[in-house]
Amino acid sequence: MSKHRTFRSAGRARSLLPASRAARVTVVLSVICLAAIVICTGTGSQFISPYRVLQAIFGQMPFLQHLFGEAPPMDQVVVTKLRLPRIVIAVLIGASLAVAGAILQGVIRNPLASPDVIGITEGASFGAVMFIFLFAGSVSIHWMPFFAIAGAILITALLYALAWKKGVSPLRLVLIGIGVSAAVKSVSYMLIIAGPLQLADRSLTFMAGSIYGMSWDKDVLTLLPWVLVLLPAAWVQARHVDIQALGDQLAGSVGAHVQKQRLLLIGLSVALAGAAISIGGAIAFIGLMAPHMARRLVGPSFRYVMPVSALVGAILLLTADLVARTAFLPRDVPAGVFTAAIGAPFFLYLLYRNRNRY
Amino acid sequence: MRIIGFIGALLLLAAAMAGSIAWGVTDIPMRTVWASFVHYDGSNEHLIIRTARLPRALIAAAVGACLAVAGALMQVITRNPIASPSTLGINSGASFFIIMAAGWLGINGLQSLTWVAFLGAAVSGGIVFLLGSLGRDGMSPVKITLAGASVAAFFHSMTQGLMLSDGKMFDQVLIWLVGSVAGRDMDQLAAVWPYMAAGMALALLLSKDLNVLSMGDEIASSLGQRTSVAKALAALAVILLAGGSVAAAGPIAFVGIIIPHIVRYIAGNDYRWILPYSAVLGALLLVSADLGSRYIAMPKEVPVGVMTAIIGIPFFVYIARKGRGTA
Repeated sequence: MSKHRTFRSAGRARSLLPASRAARVTVVLSVICLAAIVICTGTGSQFISPYRVLQAIFGQMPFLQHLFGEAPPMDQVVVTKLRLPRIVIAVLIGASLAVAGAILQGVIRNPLASPDVIGITEGASFGAVMFIFLFAGSVSIHWMPFFAIAGAILITALLYALAWKKGVSPLRLVLIGIGVSAAVKSVSYMLIIAGPLQLADRSLTFMAGSIYGMSWDKDVLTLLPWVLVLLPAAWVQARHVDIQALGDQLAGSVGAHVQKQRLLLIGLSVALAGAAISIGGAIAFIGLMAPHMARRLVGPSFRYVMPVSALVGAILLLTADLVARTAFLPRDVPAGVFTAAIGAPFFLYLLYRNRNRY
Repeated sequence: MRIIGFIGALLLLAAAMAGSIAWGVTDIPMRTVWASFVHYDGSNEHLIIRTARLPRALIAAAVGACLAVAGALMQVITRNPIASPSTLGINSGASFFIIMAAGWLGINGLQSLTWVAFLGAAVSGGIVFLLGSLGRDGMSPVKITLAGASVAAFFHSMTQGLMLSDGKMFDQVLIWLVGSVAGRDMDQLAAVWPYMAAGMALALLLSKDLNVLSMGDEIASSLGQRTSVAKALAALAVILLAGGSVAAAGPIAFVGIIIPHIVRYIAGNDYRWILPYSAVLGALLLVSADLGSRYIAMPKEVPVGVMTAIIGIPFFVYIARKGRGTA
């Protein structure tokens, strides 16, 4: 406590420590994230040095052109056309999933909650697989995000209804979520089998979670608006997340509409997760890990947790995808397999840490 | 009363198996079915029955029985109403080990794969039990369910990763993700049935101890039971039963949850009745789910694991809601 620097002016006291620490962490993480973007863009079957990456990115812009000079056309194509869309998508998806998880953990008041544990992810992949099954070839792929988000909303609504017993108890929501997501996953497999065989590989890759072969106009432009709207919306709601985290009784007694806000916040989380999954597939455990790391760094207040977990999520997915696409060349293994490989042990560790809570 | 119910269930199972042998993409008259056993003449229909339908019905029955009994045992050991080989990650562990052994290490024989399945079941079950029982108040339903769900998710996505990075024929490996009894032959059953039978026998021998154990650890040990021995033996039976089922049919979900609850409703709380009832009803459920699965996407077949998941979910929700659902 002694580290707090307290300023008093006209009777209002402000403690600056958490804010300045959070700001410091945020700045450091942003720098790491930018560095990761540049390094990941440069790494692949053909290595491009960070300076040449920057050259390729900024070389075309009117003012920075003089600073960096013209990049060789080969680099230009590899960086801006092939690699950068995938990197940008990794950042967007990582950030969205992480914030979706941070909101859920606050609302459900359970450190083990995340979109994949309670079934939102399965719902979104079900919607996408449904789309592939019903309209493959006949309708433009641009519509797939809507199906994924609809699937996520549908499953969440179902979960909510099933867990409702004079209000939704977070614990019941998690338990029922586990069951429902197992069943939904099976139905997705049923659709995969019933559908044409040449689509099966794509559906399965989607269910594992992969950001292979992204493009600017198709993927980035589809996801970007969602992220640009939903992340600020989550930021605005930060206060309510903190109130939810107090628990039903206390939250009610400070005057919050507990159930109504819970629904709104879960809706926000579903939209973020659904949008991310519609592009990248069921990338697991980012929503679980990132918020925990963020809380370790900046404490429990959601105002600080949100931006930090977004950055952590982006860095996590960038790294996972880097490993996934370089470690097994020439095969491009889905990034979701790697996030699950790190994430599940992390989950078990959390369970161990919280062993006295349940 | 219970004995009448038991005989009734056996008769139903016999009827379902007869139906499973006779009906499918080609319907075969019952008389031909009978003839194929009594005087086999090598005709097309007799061949279908002997090589495809009969093994399938037998495997479905064996796997259903094993999973249901394993579920009943696990619910006693963990004192958790939603414990089952699938929710606690044992099935996915076993199937991941099989996929890994077959894909990476090149192990092929049915016998060795069965042992690999046991190993996988033991490893994942061990992790889940260990994690679930840490902490002050020991094994709580929530803790063990969460541990199970995450272990299951881990092995499931590892299996997915192996499948996708290998690029093998999709249909062949799919059963390791959802579970299916289609296209098995007698050899497969021959490889696993001794272990299944051993697990079943062990479970039945333990049924008295389970009665004691189900009263809670403290009462059980004050009645003179060595609870850890009883639990360890029951866990061994679970590994034999679940591992054997996975080796034969892949990770089939929810049978182990549904059946013991129905059985407790019918037969009360005496495990000397619960276990045999679970075996028969589990077999009945899986044989009829398999029969139903042939008609959903005809002429293609839906894996039976999908069917059981769809049937199972209402039960799961009901049980989760009924429990002391306050956080």
